[in-house]
Amino acid sequence: MKNKIIFISIMLGLTQFVTAQNLTSKNGHIWFYSYTPIEDIEAHNRQAVSILDPKAGTLQFTILIKSFEFQKKLMQEHFNENYMESDTYPKASFNGNIENISGINFANDGEYSALVLGDLTIHGVTRKVNTSGTLSVTSGIVTAQAKFIILPEDYNIVIPDLVKDRIAKEIEVNVDVTYNAN
Amino acid sequence: MRYFKLGLLIFIFLLPAFLHAQDIDELLEEATGNTTEYTYATFKSTRIVSGHSIERMQEGQLDFRISHRFGEINGGAYEFWGLDQANIHLSLEYGITDWLMVGVGRGTYEKTFDGSVKFSVLRQSKGERNMPVSLSYLSTMALNTLKWENSGELPFWNRASFVHQLLVARKFNERLSLELNPTFVHRNLVSTELDPNDLWAIGAGGRFKLTKRISVNVEYYYVVPPLHDYRSTKTLNPLSFGFDIETGGHVFQLHVTNSLAMIEKGFIGETTGNWLDGGIHIGFNISRVFALK
Repeated sequence: MKNKIIFISIMLGLTQFVTAQNLTSKNGHIWFYSYTPIEDIEAHNRQAVSILDPKAGTLQFTILIKSFEFQKKLMQEHFNENYMESDTYPKASFNGNIENISGINFANDGEYSALVLGDLTIHGVTRKVNTSGTLSVTSGIVTAQAKFIILPEDYNIVIPDLVKDRIAKEIEVNVDVTYNAN
Repeated sequence: MRYFKLGLLIFIFLLPAFLHAQDIDELLEEATGNTTEYTYATFKSTRIVSGHSIERMQEGQLDFRISHRFGEINGGAYEFWGLDQANIHLSLEYGITDWLMVGVGRGTYEKTFDGSVKFSVLRQSKGERNMPVSLSYLSTMALNTLKWENSGELPFWNRASFVHQLLVARKFNERLSLELNPTFVHRNLVSTELDPNDLWAIGAGGRFKLTKRISVNVEYYYVVPPLHDYRSTKTLNPLSFGFDIETGGHVFQLHVTNSLAMIEKGFIGETTGNWLDGGIHIGFNISRVFALK
């Protein structure tokens, strides 16, 4: 009898374990654009990590600021040293939820629009953001894309007057991540 | 026994929660953990004041520098405290690769053309590869093109002088960087037979960041006195203080120094200004970096 209980509880535990499968990615691509009439700037980070819980809809992203690559190395240096202060604030992260997760069927191929709401932390400042993205399921592979705008001043990123014309007020951020189930 | 089973039961139920807890930071560590993080921006520009810092231009970047030293401030009101005189040095320095920079320059001082090669041997880093200091090697050549005076024309190579320098630098933290530069100077021709052709010196420099974009810099070279010192001109060790002000692609360096020359051979071997009697020069360097690639 007692053995039965233990057996059942092990099975129950395992079931929990099996269903608790998160989707993760270690090579997500996050990039941003700053468009001004004088200069266009873009930088790419291909080491974004992300965890997506397809059941609960929780969605997390974390990146190292230093992993952003600019074409102009000097710009990259200034980005880290003067703007993002990446020795003090090495990471940026997002912690949130896909609000309409129940409407997304990960077993069926297709494209689903996802409403994302959560906390975005950049330069030590956390703000609530919401955006919509696309979740695609193609023969079992889940990918996610999103595009949103952030304002540097919202995150206490100071842009000196001298370069104000060269750095956009609104920075366009793009996300493209392919998840592997584990 | 019952408690043990209960414990086991709870453990089994909690197990998924533990496994589940492969959290985002661990994942980030996995994704980026095995990388080496190289130190950057040990100094704001390729010069501390007059002498080289550890910095180089990265691949495809061109640095156009305009450097300027006014006359000695003890010239008084008549010389407008030195501002009437101008000594200029123009240079172009280009990063062929991330570890190799070459440069050419021209200065008022002895109407000199100069060239330099600077390459990185070690880079300060942490992570997968740990290195406490950065090490670079700098070699410069200077050609004096003044008209020959008091002598007939001598063979061309008498014009040349060479400097070899090891640059050892460490960025201690976001604010403080220090550098040591063992230096060898060779001059093919000197004023008198008794003047030494070779000089050894050790340079020390540092910067301390006051704000994100402004740092204060100090630079000093100790010239080892030759064993039998019969130098025809009394020279002094160069000591300089300055500020670096960085604004995007420009770096402005404002300083006071007792040396007039802006090339190694000149400020290490031929500095005559004396800090104690006002033999100092106000000066500035302007650096503008262009990305050619």
